[in-house]
Amino acid sequence: MVAPSLKLQDLIEEIRGAKTQAQEREVIQKECAHIRASFRDGDPVHRHRQLAKLLYVHMLGYPAHFGQMECLKLIASSRFTDKRVGYLGAMLLLDERHDAHLLITNSIKNDLSQGIQPVQGLALCTLSTMGSAEMCRDLAPEVEKLLLQPSPYVRKKAILTAVHMIRKVPELSSVFLPPCVHLLHERHHGILLGTITLITELCERSPAALRHFRKVVPQLVQILRTLVTTGYSTEHSISGVSDPFLQVQILRLLRILGRNHEESSETMNDLLAQVATNTDTSRNAGNAVLFETVLTIMDIRSAAGLRVLAVNILGRFLLNSDRNIRYVALTSLLRLVQSDHSAVQRHRPTVVDCLQETDASLSRRALELSLALVNSSNVRAMMQELQAFLESCPPDLRADCASGILLAAERFAPTKRWHIDTILHVLTTAGTHVRDDAVANLTQLIGGAQELHAYSVRRLYNALAEDISQQPLVQVAAWCIGEYGDLLLEGNCEEIEPLQVDEEEVLALLEKVLQSHMSLPATRGYALTALMKLSTRLQGDNNRIRQVVSIYRSCLDVELQQRAVEYDTLFRKYDHMRAAILEKMPLVERDGPQADEEAKESKAAAQLSEAAPAPTEPQASQLLDLLDLLDGASGDAQHPPPLDPSPGGALVYLLDLPCAPPPPAPIPDLKVFEREGVQLNLSFIRPPENPALLLITATATNSSEGDVTDFICQAAVPKSLQLQLQAPSGNTVPARGGLPITQLFRILNPNKAPLRLKLRLTYNHFHQSVQEIFEVNNLPVESWQ
Amino acid sequence: MIKFFLMVNKQGQTRLSKYYEHVDINKRTLLETEVIKSCLSRSNEQCSFIEYKDFKLIYRQYAALFIVVGVNDTENEMAIYEFIHNFVEVLDEYFSRVVS
Repeated sequence: MVAPSLKLQDLIEEIRGAKTQAQEREVIQKECAHIRASFRDGDPVHRHRQLAKLLYVHMLGYPAHFGQMECLKLIASSRFTDKRVGYLGAMLLLDERHDAHLLITNSIKNDLSQGIQPVQGLALCTLSTMGSAEMCRDLAPEVEKLLLQPSPYVRKKAILTAVHMIRKVPELSSVFLPPCVHLLHERHHGILLGTITLITELCERSPAALRHFRKVVPQLVQILRTLVTTGYSTEHSISGVSDPFLQVQILRLLRILGRNHEESSETMNDLLAQVATNTDTSRNAGNAVLFETVLTIMDIRSAAGLRVLAVNILGRFLLNSDRNIRYVALTSLLRLVQSDHSAVQRHRPTVVDCLQETDASLSRRALELSLALVNSSNVRAMMQELQAFLESCPPDLRADCASGILLAAERFAPTKRWHIDTILHVLTTAGTHVRDDAVANLTQLIGGAQELHAYSVRRLYNALAEDISQQPLVQVAAWCIGEYGDLLLEGNCEEIEPLQVDEEEVLALLEKVLQSHMSLPATRGYALTALMKLSTRLQGDNNRIRQVVSIYRSCLDVELQQRAVEYDTLFRKYDHMRAAILEKMPLVERDGPQADEEAKESKAAAQLSEAAPAPTEPQASQLLDLLDLLDGASGDAQHPPPLDPSPGGALVYLLDLPCAPPPPAPIPDLKVFEREGVQLNLSFIRPPENPALLLITATATNSSEGDVTDFICQAAVPKSLQLQLQAPSGNTVPARGGLPITQLFRILNPNKAPLRLKLRLTYNHFHQSVQEIFEVNNLPVESWQ
Repeated sequence: MIKFFLMVNKQGQTRLSKYYEHVDINKRTLLETEVIKSCLSRSNEQCSFIEYKDFKLIYRQYAALFIVVGVNDTENEMAIYEFIHNFVEVLDEYFSRVVS
């Protein structure tokens, strides 16, 4: 005997009465046990009630798979109450991943052909919710028959089932395409809505269907026009708009049909203008229709006037007090800004006002749109607004705002000083959120703006004095102070108020940066290098700097330790070179290839190993590059270090590099001919003032016992080069190392073509006439490059 | 396309849930708690559309009940907003005191 089971309502009350999650679970488990027992006993009378309770429990998130078979039994029963719960259960519990679902196909087929409308409705609902591909294929003919039934109740459900079938099995579109056009003539809004959805699905999936349905555009236009112009109808009106859902669907279908198609777009133009102007926008329903209209106008090939109308509508939305509408307007304007930039520009002030929104999603959209609207004419005003926004914006937007501002500043900066100011401002406000290469960009920018050195270093000094926590700012400031410390101490700069800065103050500030626990290791590196550079820029003695540097020789951070050791060595052993090494850096090319830096580095190494006195400026600054390359070892994107940063001993590494010859190096002589003591040597000179010119001096020597007489040397070169032979100094070479004959060849090689030289020698030696024709091999490359 | 339809009360208990795409049962509770958390944390001045993973959530509050609809990108948010209200009106018509 089974205890009388709870009714669903009682169960719900019991569950809601539970005070804690554990209590609720207990109640549900007890009830599930009852339900399972009841299913096992097979009680047909209360089965539907048990299943209903099970479905409620399932909805709350508890497992209910043991009810699946019961659904089948209930569906097969003849009572409507059973069928109702059974089909609901099938929709919720059966899904196409378990094979059990196929078992209801037969029941559905029977129910569909029975002719009792509510039952047919149930079956269609279930089919459209969980119908799998096989079920759809089996039941498609049934559904098609039902499309043409007289009763709208069944027909609209049949249409929705057809939509689901098309989604699952696209091949069925051939079955459902023909009735569509016919169905459009219906007056019942439910059927119309279903049909429009069906046509939309068909068009989205197959281009052939799309072409087919372009024919119905006039009809759709007519339907929509009737909707918009008819008066109030109680059945379909929502806040004064007649069936907004149908209007929105029709507009969406028109969008799909009119995309990229001139003819359809033209048919729609008038209608869209009419809808846009006639819709009542005081309530949300009207705004929904208007929004869809704007989307459609933007997507089809509409007339220019219509597009301007759309943008203006969006502008009006922006002024609306309802936040939802503003959100929607900002999103659409963002999509439009690429194609209709000038039209959107007109609404720029409103967009900028939206930056002040308290709602995060709105302000994010406004930020994106504002950044897209920046151009060279409004850049100053926009930057001011954006910077004000940066100060007050929520933290998750800061990074985007900062990088947006920096990008826009890069593209549209009117003057260098403004650019530097902007970046400085961003660094002070949101320093921790900027991208890594902002530091590199700023240093490059400052380096390039010669006239602004004094100005920037002063401003950076002030900013640094106030706050040493923002790492990118500190890095740039340290670099600048190091480079331009002498300008800082000069005391006057016409662009800011004169500031008297003491040497000691500057050193104290840099030391503070070094010691602060907020500084990253990279920042410390910058500060240490800056201190070193100051040792040459400042007038006073360098005891303080030397002290700091020697303290850091035993620092725990390996990078700092290495630097400190190097700098200390610089003080002690290479003091005579210190000034040259620490000179101002040249402007580095932003995209300088790796090879350039390696060439510079090898030349620098040559200088160091030769210990030459006071090397010339370009080479010294290349060494400085090298030192700064070491700076960049910890993450500075601007100077990728080609050296492997090995701990302790990079200075030694420098000394090991091979010496490449300095640029104006002499080209080695070449011996081209030797016969019985007669030798011909070629020596090459490339005068620096004329790089296309090559001067070859041919020297004939004689170490044999006999004289060489009537010596004639002729030469030939490739056509692209020009050769000029000057008169030889003589044509006799006396024996045993007598006075040699020299002859000068002038070769002009403007195209830097490879040099080839053919020589013809004729002379008398040992009473024999000698003639030699040969090509000179192994011509050194430097002779023609 | 509507992905799911939820009615949740202010304490976070689900009163009605319907999923139009299959979601595993244990993932459902997780989804529901996250969704209701993001809806509850919004104040009155903020708009009713939230971006959550790859859905858009459109919610409306009626006294102690939140109705949340999750849609994909192709839907008109304002039409769905209107649709939620239509749904509530229909329920109210058939049963009384729907949102107490």
